[in-house]
Amino acid sequence: MTALRNVAAIVEKEWRHYFGSPIAYVALFVWTMLFGIFFHFAFTLFLRQSMMMSQQMEFGGGPKLSINEWMIRPVLHNMAVVALFVAPMLTMRLFAEEKRQGTIELLATSPITDLQIVLGKFLAAAGLYALMILTGLVNLLPIWHYATSAPEWKPVLTGALALLLIGSCFIALGLFVSTLTRNQIVAGILTFCLLLGVWTLGWADEPTAGPVMKVLGYLAVTTHMEDMVKGVLDLKDVVFYLSFIAFGLFLAQQSVESQRWRA
Amino acid sequence: MIEVDNLTKRYGRTTAVDGISFVVKKGEILGFLGPNGAGKTTTMRILTCYLPPTEGTARVAGHDVFEEPLEVKKRVGYIPETPPLYPDMEVATFLDFCAKIKGVAKSERRARVDSAMEKCRVGDVRKTLIGRLSKGYRQRVGLAQAILHDPPVLILDEPTAGLDPKQIIETRDLIKALGGEHTIILSTHILPEVSMTCGRVVIINKGKVVAEDTPENLTHRLSGAGTLRLDVRGDSAAVAEALRSVPGVTAVRPHAQAGDVSALDVEAAAGADVRADLARAVVQKGFDLLGLQQVGMSLEEIFLHLTTSEATAEAAPSPAPVEASA
Repeated sequence: MTALRNVAAIVEKEWRHYFGSPIAYVALFVWTMLFGIFFHFAFTLFLRQSMMMSQQMEFGGGPKLSINEWMIRPVLHNMAVVALFVAPMLTMRLFAEEKRQGTIELLATSPITDLQIVLGKFLAAAGLYALMILTGLVNLLPIWHYATSAPEWKPVLTGALALLLIGSCFIALGLFVSTLTRNQIVAGILTFCLLLGVWTLGWADEPTAGPVMKVLGYLAVTTHMEDMVKGVLDLKDVVFYLSFIAFGLFLAQQSVESQRWRA
Repeated sequence: MIEVDNLTKRYGRTTAVDGISFVVKKGEILGFLGPNGAGKTTTMRILTCYLPPTEGTARVAGHDVFEEPLEVKKRVGYIPETPPLYPDMEVATFLDFCAKIKGVAKSERRARVDSAMEKCRVGDVRKTLIGRLSKGYRQRVGLAQAILHDPPVLILDEPTAGLDPKQIIETRDLIKALGGEHTIILSTHILPEVSMTCGRVVIINKGKVVAEDTPENLTHRLSGAGTLRLDVRGDSAAVAEALRSVPGVTAVRPHAQAGDVSALDVEAAAGADVRADLARAVVQKGFDLLGLQQVGMSLEEIFLHLTTSEATAEAAPSPAPVEASA
């Protein structure tokens, strides 16, 4: 009970910081704008393809294009890349700023555990990120209104979930990096580099890859997104993401605690 | 209320705190005195569970800082040297957040925040961003944060640093008012502050306790209450001989010699007032008594005396003479 209240207090405090500074607005703006731009491109491409298909119809006809596959899925894929840029923005100050301001001493001498602090900060950042995803999804709503055959909503839901999970992994990792330094710029850049590294692991996942590359590919956050974006919710992917997040938070908590021992 | 036993903290090879032991009773205000780098802040950080001790134990309100940190943290209010504040938060919001993480029940939170703001006189800036506050206000917001959850123990690391004289007096009065119901440890290197606010003083140097007593007793004991300085014209050896014969005198030391006038320090047994006898003895032997002073030590000098090593103590200014009538 107290634990929940402590976590909630930290979440509320972090949201105050996010919305009391330009960070939240910049992140929301960048995210929704890019979502809109990608959606626009996917939309025009879809229209052109559909047009070509309908022309072929006269000669026996081509297949009907799926909106889910041709419009929504590419946008969600692109947004995962945007998450790569946005996540460091959300996490870089979380601990670095507390350390620079000395307010970490306030938290550390209050009856609240390190894990509660870490969880609160993670949930605050992940919550803001979830809000960003929701505002982005608003772009998709008109499809249901205008499309002659409405797209399936379930793959959109699993796709959004994949986006949330992949971003949360980034946030958990960024949170850990933020505990390592008192300079938020350093934390931001280091997080971004690390995330890029994790991202490129996905390229190792090829059909012809050897066992080592297979393992690296498995560790990549992107490979587990594919099925979910297609609408296949596999427990093993969800478990992978949740363990990735848990590991990041564990590292962050250990780092916060150990710094007191080394101080 | 606070029991510190053989507390040691090492950072790598340097020992910041070296086997400190002291006890603070309930309701007492303890002054923690020492030069910069003596280990004051480290000791306070251990007491507030911010740092783990390397050796030894510390118990606050019956709970060990290492075994039950959460229980200790619930019972301690702490202001570090620079008050930990979020510059982008309003004072009232900040205190509300602090009340939440310090476990103040929801029903009491508002009342506690209001009373802390009133006690620390920050009510008039409750809607101001902390980043826009002056140093004095920030210090007071820090103090309000420390007393929010009404902790039995307050640990204040240089609470008056950076304040103007008026604010210093106000803060001292506040601390004095908080004493009694709260047990307070207060670190400082402003010495008058200690004699004004604290019931007891612990002086530490290089991580060790070098003295522990009430401010009055410290002044009394270390000044050597019975030390008198006599300026006498005449042969210093003969004068010293004459002075030693006075009953109650325990030691006579030549202090300085200027021409035929010699200054001598005379120590007498505690409680004995030998001034009249000394004067008579000098005059009866045919010497001229030019001056008779009681030598006192201010807290500053005691502090310097205790915290400077032997070699530099020689070079340090000798105790200032205080008029016998004073």
